[in-house]
Amino acid sequence: MSKIDLNDLSNMQYDVLSEIGNIGAGNATTALATMINKKIDIGVPHVKLVDFNHISTIIGSEEQVMVGILLMLSGDINGMMMFLLDEVIAKNLVNVLMNREEGSEVVFDEMEKSAVMEVGNIIAGAYLNSLSMLTNLTIDVSVPMLQIDMAGAILSVPAIEFGKIGDSVLLIETEFDDETRKEEAIRGYYILIPELDSYEKILESLGV
Amino acid sequence: MKDMIKVGMADMKLCEPPDTITTVGLGSCVGIVLYDMRTKLCGMIHIMLPDSTKIKNNANRAKFADTAINDMIENMKKKGSVKHNIVAKIAGGAQMFGFGGDKMDSMRVGEKNVEAVKSNLSKYGIRILAEDTGLNYGRTIIFEPATGKLIIHTVGKSEKVI
Repeated sequence: MSKIDLNDLSNMQYDVLSEIGNIGAGNATTALATMINKKIDIGVPHVKLVDFNHISTIIGSEEQVMVGILLMLSGDINGMMMFLLDEVIAKNLVNVLMNREEGSEVVFDEMEKSAVMEVGNIIAGAYLNSLSMLTNLTIDVSVPMLQIDMAGAILSVPAIEFGKIGDSVLLIETEFDDETRKEEAIRGYYILIPELDSYEKILESLGV
Repeated sequence: MKDMIKVGMADMKLCEPPDTITTVGLGSCVGIVLYDMRTKLCGMIHIMLPDSTKIKNNANRAKFADTAINDMIENMKKKGSVKHNIVAKIAGGAQMFGFGGDKMDSMRVGEKNVEAVKSNLSKYGIRILAEDTGLNYGRTIIFEPATGKLIIHTVGKSEKVI
Protein backbone atom coordinates (compact mmCIF):
# COMPACT_ATOMS: atom_id res chain seq x y z
CA MET A 1 0.00 0.00 0.00
CA SER A 2 1.16 3.49 -0.68
CA LYS A 3 1.93 5.62 2.30
CA ILE A 4 0.82 8.87 0.81
CA ASP A 5 -2.89 9.55 0.70
CA LEU A 6 -3.73 12.37 -1.67
CA ASN A 7 -6.96 13.08 0.15
CA ASP A 8 -5.20 13.46 3.44
CA LEU A 9 -1.86 15.22 3.03
CA SER A 10 -0.17 16.40 6.20
CA ASN A 11 0.74 20.07 6.51
CA MET A 12 4.39 19.11 6.21
CA GLN A 13 3.86 17.17 2.98
CA TYR A 14 1.77 20.00 1.65
CA ASP A 15 4.44 22.60 2.46
CA VAL A 16 7.21 20.58 0.87
CA LEU A 17 5.24 20.08 -2.34
CA SER A 18 4.48 23.83 -2.44
CA GLU A 19 8.15 24.59 -1.97
CA ILE A 20 9.05 22.31 -4.86
CA GLY A 21 6.57 24.22 -6.99
CA ASN A 22 8.12 27.46 -5.83
CA ILE A 23 11.71 26.53 -6.55
CA GLY A 24 10.88 24.83 -9.85
CA ALA A 25 8.76 27.69 -11.06
CA GLY A 26 11.37 30.20 -9.90
CA ASN A 27 14.03 28.61 -12.06
CA ALA A 28 11.71 28.10 -14.99
CA THR A 29 10.58 31.69 -14.85
CA THR A 30 14.13 32.99 -14.74
CA ALA A 31 14.82 30.99 -17.89
CA LEU A 32 11.73 32.41 -19.54
CA ALA A 33 12.52 35.97 -18.48
CA THR A 34 16.03 35.67 -19.91
CA MET A 35 14.66 34.35 -23.15
CA ILE A 36 12.18 37.16 -23.71
CA ASN A 37 14.19 39.80 -21.89
CA LYS A 38 11.35 40.86 -19.58
CA LYS A 39 10.92 40.84 -15.86
CA ILE A 40 8.43 38.22 -14.76
CA ASP A 41 6.80 37.82 -11.37
CA ILE A 42 5.70 34.45 -10.14
CA GLY A 43 2.75 33.88 -7.91
CA VAL A 44 2.60 31.82 -4.77
CA PRO A 45 2.50 28.16 -5.81
CA HIS A 46 -0.64 26.26 -5.01
CA VAL A 47 -0.87 22.63 -4.16
CA LYS A 48 -4.44 21.73 -4.87
CA LEU A 49 -6.43 18.59 -4.83
CA VAL A 50 -8.96 19.22 -7.56
CA ASP A 51 -12.00 17.17 -8.33
CA PHE A 52 -12.20 16.04 -12.00
CA ASN A 53 -15.23 18.22 -12.54
CA HIS A 54 -13.32 21.32 -11.53
CA ILE A 55 -9.97 20.68 -13.12
CA SER A 56 -10.38 23.06 -16.03
CA THR A 57 -12.35 25.65 -14.13
CA ILE A 58 -9.27 26.49 -12.03
CA ILE A 59 -7.75 27.92 -15.18
CA GLY A 60 -10.85 29.37 -16.77
CA SER A 61 -13.68 27.84 -18.66
CA GLU A 62 -13.45 24.35 -20.12
CA GLU A 63 -13.86 25.70 -23.63
CA GLN A 64 -11.22 28.41 -23.37
CA VAL A 65 -8.59 27.80 -26.04
CA MET A 66 -5.21 27.08 -24.49
CA VAL A 67 -1.79 26.05 -25.66
CA GLY A 68 -0.55 23.03 -23.75
CA ILE A 69 2.99 21.67 -23.83
CA LEU A 70 3.35 18.23 -22.36
CA LEU A 71 6.54 16.45 -21.37
CA MET A 72 6.68 12.91 -20.08
CA LEU A 73 8.92 12.25 -17.10
CA SER A 74 10.74 9.01 -16.48
CA GLY A 75 13.71 7.80 -14.45
CA ASP A 76 13.34 8.07 -10.67
CA ILE A 77 10.27 10.23 -11.07
CA ASN A 78 7.51 9.16 -13.42
CA GLY A 79 4.70 11.41 -14.51
CA MET A 80 4.05 14.46 -16.60
CA MET A 81 4.87 18.11 -16.64
CA MET A 82 2.53 20.51 -18.36
CA PHE A 83 3.07 24.10 -19.31
CA LEU A 84 -0.15 25.89 -20.09
CA LEU A 85 -0.71 29.24 -21.74
CA ASP A 86 -3.76 31.05 -22.96
CA GLU A 87 -3.79 31.12 -26.77
CA VAL A 88 -3.66 34.92 -26.89
CA ILE A 89 -0.68 34.94 -24.51
CA ALA A 90 1.09 32.31 -26.60
CA LYS A 91 0.68 34.52 -29.65
CA ASN A 92 2.22 37.45 -27.77
CA LEU A 93 5.06 35.20 -26.75
CA VAL A 94 5.65 34.19 -30.36
CA ASN A 95 5.81 37.85 -31.39
CA VAL A 96 8.38 38.56 -28.67
CA LEU A 97 10.48 35.51 -29.54
CA MET A 98 10.45 36.16 -33.25
CA ASN A 99 11.12 39.85 -32.88
CA ARG A 100 7.88 40.80 -34.50
CA GLU A 101 5.91 43.89 -33.66
CA GLU A 102 3.61 43.56 -30.67
CA GLY A 103 0.09 42.68 -31.69
CA SER A 104 1.11 41.17 -35.07
CA GLU A 105 -1.28 38.55 -36.36
CA VAL A 106 -0.01 35.09 -35.45
CA VAL A 107 -0.94 31.87 -37.20
CA PHE A 108 0.29 28.73 -35.49
CA ASP A 109 2.33 27.15 -38.27
CA GLU A 110 5.26 24.81 -37.79
CA MET A 111 7.64 27.69 -37.10
CA GLU A 112 5.45 29.26 -34.41
CA LYS A 113 4.66 25.90 -32.84
CA SER A 114 8.28 24.94 -32.67
CA ALA A 115 9.14 28.30 -31.06
CA VAL A 116 6.53 27.76 -28.34
CA MET A 117 7.66 24.15 -27.90
CA GLU A 118 11.23 25.30 -27.44
CA VAL A 119 10.06 27.68 -24.73
CA GLY A 120 8.30 24.76 -23.10
CA ASN A 121 11.42 22.67 -23.39
CA ILE A 122 13.70 25.25 -21.82
CA ILE A 123 11.47 26.20 -18.94
CA ALA A 124 10.43 22.65 -18.17
CA GLY A 125 14.12 21.78 -18.22
CA ALA A 126 14.85 24.54 -15.70
CA TYR A 127 11.94 23.47 -13.50
CA LEU A 128 12.90 19.82 -13.51
CA ASN A 129 16.63 20.45 -13.12
CA SER A 130 16.01 22.26 -9.87
CA LEU A 131 13.71 19.47 -8.72
CA SER A 132 16.34 16.92 -9.63
CA MET A 133 19.11 18.79 -7.79
CA LEU A 134 16.95 19.29 -4.74
CA THR A 135 15.91 15.67 -4.43
CA ASN A 136 18.98 14.03 -5.90
CA LEU A 137 16.66 12.01 -8.11
CA THR A 138 17.18 11.44 -11.81
CA ILE A 139 14.49 12.80 -14.09
CA ASP A 140 14.52 12.07 -17.81
CA VAL A 141 12.34 14.25 -19.97
CA SER A 142 10.72 13.37 -23.30
CA VAL A 143 10.62 15.73 -26.26
CA PRO A 144 7.87 18.30 -25.77
CA MET A 145 4.47 17.73 -27.36
CA LEU A 146 2.23 20.64 -28.21
CA GLN A 147 -1.51 20.98 -28.55
CA ILE A 148 -3.81 23.96 -29.06
CA ASP A 149 -7.33 23.13 -28.00
CA MET A 150 -10.04 23.55 -25.36
CA ALA A 151 -8.71 23.62 -21.79
CA GLY A 152 -10.98 20.71 -20.87
CA ALA A 153 -9.63 18.49 -23.62
CA ILE A 154 -5.99 19.32 -22.88
CA LEU A 155 -6.43 18.75 -19.15
CA SER A 156 -8.20 15.44 -19.76
CA VAL A 157 -4.76 13.94 -20.38
CA PRO A 158 -3.41 14.45 -16.84
CA ALA A 159 -6.91 13.83 -15.45
CA ILE A 160 -6.95 10.35 -16.98
CA GLU A 161 -3.54 9.56 -15.46
CA PHE A 162 -4.92 10.45 -12.04
CA GLY A 163 -8.16 8.65 -12.84
CA LYS A 164 -6.24 5.42 -12.51
CA ILE A 165 -5.69 6.06 -8.80
CA GLY A 166 -8.57 8.25 -7.67
CA ASP A 167 -11.19 10.84 -8.48
CA SER A 168 -9.16 14.00 -8.20
CA VAL A 169 -5.93 15.52 -9.45
CA LEU A 170 -3.11 16.82 -7.28
CA LEU A 171 -1.72 19.89 -8.94
CA ILE A 172 1.39 21.80 -8.07
CA GLU A 173 0.46 24.91 -9.94
CA THR A 174 2.30 28.18 -10.27
CA GLU A 175 1.08 31.21 -12.10
CA PHE A 176 3.41 33.81 -13.52
CA ASP A 177 2.89 37.24 -14.92
CA ASP A 178 5.17 39.79 -16.55
CA GLU A 179 5.73 43.14 -14.90
CA THR A 180 3.26 44.99 -17.08
CA ARG A 181 0.29 43.07 -15.66
CA LYS A 182 -1.54 44.27 -18.70
CA GLU A 183 -3.87 42.13 -20.71
CA GLU A 184 -1.07 41.16 -23.04
CA ALA A 185 1.18 40.17 -20.13
CA ILE A 186 2.94 36.84 -20.49
CA ARG A 187 1.02 34.63 -18.10
CA GLY A 188 0.70 30.91 -17.69
CA TYR A 189 0.78 27.83 -15.52
CA TYR A 190 3.22 25.07 -14.73
CA ILE A 191 1.62 21.85 -13.64
CA LEU A 192 3.70 19.02 -12.26
CA ILE A 193 1.93 15.70 -12.26
CA PRO A 194 4.02 12.95 -10.67
CA GLU A 195 2.62 9.47 -10.34
CA LEU A 196 1.65 8.44 -6.82
CA ASP A 197 4.83 6.40 -6.22
CA SER A 198 6.89 9.33 -7.39
CA TYR A 199 5.29 11.62 -4.82
CA GLU A 200 6.56 9.28 -2.16
CA LYS A 201 10.01 9.24 -3.67
CA ILE A 202 10.10 13.03 -3.77
CA LEU A 203 8.96 13.37 -0.18
CA GLU A 204 11.24 10.59 1.04
CA SER A 205 14.29 12.08 -0.68
CA LEU A 206 13.64 15.28 1.26
CA GLY A 207 13.26 13.41 4.51
CA VAL A 208 9.52 13.92 4.88
CA MET B 1 -38.64 25.53 -19.57
CA LYS B 2 -35.90 24.02 -21.69
CA ASP B 3 -32.75 23.27 -19.71
CA MET B 4 -29.30 22.13 -20.75
CA ILE B 5 -28.11 19.42 -18.39
CA LYS B 6 -24.35 19.32 -17.86
CA VAL B 7 -22.43 16.07 -17.53
CA GLY B 8 -18.97 16.38 -15.95
CA MET B 9 -15.88 14.25 -16.31
CA ALA B 10 -16.51 10.71 -14.98
CA ASP B 11 -20.19 11.51 -14.67
CA MET B 12 -23.51 10.39 -16.17
CA LYS B 13 -27.02 11.79 -16.30
CA LEU B 14 -30.44 11.16 -17.83
CA CYS B 15 -32.35 13.65 -19.97
CA GLU B 16 -35.79 13.91 -21.57
CA PRO B 17 -37.20 16.37 -24.13
CA PRO B 18 -37.49 19.32 -24.28
CA ASP B 19 -34.23 19.47 -22.29
CA THR B 20 -30.85 18.94 -23.93
CA ILE B 21 -27.72 17.41 -22.45
CA THR B 22 -24.06 18.31 -22.90
CA THR B 23 -20.53 17.45 -21.90
CA VAL B 24 -17.74 19.94 -22.51
CA GLY B 25 -14.14 19.45 -23.61
CA LEU B 26 -13.89 15.75 -24.36
CA GLY B 27 -10.25 14.96 -25.04
CA SER B 28 -9.21 11.35 -24.75
CA CYS B 29 -12.39 10.69 -22.79
CA VAL B 30 -15.41 9.35 -24.65
CA GLY B 31 -18.93 10.78 -24.53
CA ILE B 32 -21.63 8.14 -24.96
CA VAL B 33 -25.27 8.90 -25.66
CA LEU B 34 -27.74 6.08 -25.10
CA TYR B 35 -31.06 6.95 -26.69
CA ASP B 36 -34.42 5.27 -26.47
CA MET B 37 -35.89 5.89 -29.92
CA ARG B 38 -39.42 5.13 -28.72
CA THR B 39 -39.69 7.14 -25.48
CA LYS B 40 -36.98 9.71 -26.39
CA LEU B 41 -35.35 9.24 -22.99
CA CYS B 42 -31.57 9.53 -23.23
CA GLY B 43 -28.56 9.15 -21.01
CA MET B 44 -25.15 10.74 -21.48
CA ILE B 45 -21.93 9.33 -20.02
CA HIS B 46 -18.44 10.88 -19.92
CA ILE B 47 -16.02 8.00 -19.36
CA MET B 48 -12.28 8.39 -18.76
CA LEU B 49 -10.91 4.86 -18.75
CA PRO B 50 -11.70 1.63 -20.59
CA ASP B 51 -11.86 -1.05 -17.92
CA SER B 52 -12.81 -0.97 -14.23
CA THR B 53 -11.38 -4.44 -13.60
CA LYS B 54 -7.84 -3.19 -14.30
CA ILE B 55 -7.99 -0.47 -11.63
CA LYS B 56 -7.96 -0.97 -7.88
CA ASN B 57 -9.79 2.20 -6.94
CA ASN B 58 -12.90 1.67 -9.08
CA ALA B 59 -15.73 2.91 -6.87
CA ASN B 60 -16.72 5.67 -9.30
CA ARG B 61 -18.64 3.58 -11.83
CA ALA B 62 -19.22 6.47 -14.25
CA LYS B 63 -15.47 6.66 -14.87
CA PHE B 64 -15.15 3.37 -16.75
CA ALA B 65 -16.67 2.21 -20.05
CA ASP B 66 -17.79 -1.19 -18.71
CA THR B 67 -19.49 -0.14 -15.46
CA ALA B 68 -20.91 3.13 -16.80
CA ILE B 69 -22.63 1.53 -19.81
CA ASN B 70 -24.04 -1.25 -17.63
CA ASP B 71 -25.40 1.22 -15.05
CA MET B 72 -26.85 3.59 -17.62
CA ILE B 73 -28.78 0.77 -19.29
CA GLU B 74 -30.14 -0.20 -15.86
CA ASN B 75 -31.10 3.44 -15.14
CA MET B 76 -32.95 3.69 -18.43
CA LYS B 77 -34.74 0.39 -17.83
CA LYS B 78 -35.95 1.74 -14.48
CA LYS B 79 -37.45 4.68 -16.36
CA GLY B 80 -39.31 2.30 -18.62
CA SER B 81 -36.90 1.79 -21.53
CA VAL B 82 -36.65 -1.56 -23.26
CA LYS B 83 -33.15 -2.55 -24.31
CA HIS B 84 -33.97 -3.24 -27.95
CA ASN B 85 -35.18 0.36 -28.40
CA ILE B 86 -31.89 1.79 -27.19
CA VAL B 87 -29.29 2.98 -29.69
CA ALA B 88 -26.00 4.83 -29.18
CA LYS B 89 -24.03 7.75 -30.55
CA ILE B 90 -20.44 8.25 -29.42
CA ALA B 91 -17.79 10.98 -29.71
CA GLY B 92 -14.32 11.72 -28.35
CA GLY B 93 -11.40 9.39 -27.75
CA ALA B 94 -8.85 11.70 -29.33
CA GLN B 95 -5.12 11.43 -28.90
CA MET B 96 -4.44 14.91 -27.57
CA PHE B 97 -0.64 14.77 -27.54
CA GLY B 98 2.00 13.10 -29.68
CA PHE B 99 -0.47 12.34 -32.47
CA GLY B 100 1.14 10.65 -35.45
CA GLY B 101 4.48 10.26 -33.69
CA ASP B 102 5.84 7.44 -31.60
CA LYS B 103 2.91 5.83 -29.89
CA MET B 104 3.58 6.03 -26.21
CA ASP B 105 1.21 3.75 -24.38
CA SER B 106 -0.10 6.39 -21.99
CA MET B 107 -0.97 8.61 -24.95
CA ARG B 108 -3.12 5.94 -26.60
CA VAL B 109 -5.83 5.92 -23.95
CA GLY B 110 -8.33 7.61 -26.30
CA GLU B 111 -8.10 4.76 -28.77
CA LYS B 112 -8.47 2.19 -25.98
CA ASN B 113 -11.49 4.03 -24.60
CA VAL B 114 -13.25 3.93 -27.98
CA GLU B 115 -12.51 0.21 -28.39
CA ALA B 116 -13.86 -0.53 -24.91
CA VAL B 117 -17.02 1.52 -25.48
CA LYS B 118 -17.72 -0.33 -28.74
CA SER B 119 -17.14 -3.78 -27.30
CA ASN B 120 -19.31 -3.05 -24.25
CA LEU B 121 -22.14 -1.67 -26.39
CA SER B 122 -22.01 -4.72 -28.62
CA LYS B 123 -22.05 -6.95 -25.55
CA TYR B 124 -25.48 -5.52 -24.71
CA GLY B 125 -26.56 -5.63 -28.34
CA ILE B 126 -26.75 -1.84 -28.65
CA ARG B 127 -26.26 -0.47 -32.14
CA ILE B 128 -24.06 2.57 -32.74
CA LEU B 129 -25.95 4.91 -35.06
CA ALA B 130 -23.16 7.43 -35.48
CA GLU B 131 -19.69 8.24 -34.15
CA ASP B 132 -17.09 10.97 -34.32
CA THR B 133 -14.04 9.54 -32.62
CA GLY B 134 -10.25 9.51 -32.65
CA LEU B 135 -7.96 12.03 -34.36
CA ASN B 136 -6.27 14.72 -32.30
CA TYR B 137 -8.70 17.37 -31.18
CA GLY B 138 -11.12 18.05 -28.33
CA ARG B 139 -14.87 17.97 -28.71
CA THR B 140 -17.87 19.47 -26.92
CA ILE B 141 -21.08 17.54 -27.52
CA ILE B 142 -24.74 18.47 -27.15
CA PHE B 143 -27.54 15.94 -27.57
CA GLU B 144 -31.15 16.83 -28.33
CA PRO B 145 -33.38 13.92 -27.36
CA ALA B 146 -36.34 15.60 -29.11
CA THR B 147 -34.65 15.14 -32.51
CA GLY B 148 -31.98 12.52 -31.76
CA LYS B 149 -29.28 14.88 -33.08
CA LEU B 150 -25.78 14.96 -31.59
CA ILE B 151 -24.09 18.31 -32.19
CA ILE B 152 -20.30 18.44 -32.01
CA HIS B 153 -18.24 21.60 -31.48
CA THR B 154 -14.50 21.71 -32.04
CA VAL B 155 -11.92 24.50 -32.01
CA GLY B 156 -11.35 26.03 -35.44
CA LYS B 157 -13.75 23.73 -37.29
CA SER B 158 -17.38 24.14 -38.17
CA GLU B 159 -20.15 22.52 -36.19
CA LYS B 160 -20.91 18.92 -37.03
CA VAL B 161 -24.20 17.09 -36.52
CA ILE B 162 -24.31 13.32 -36.40
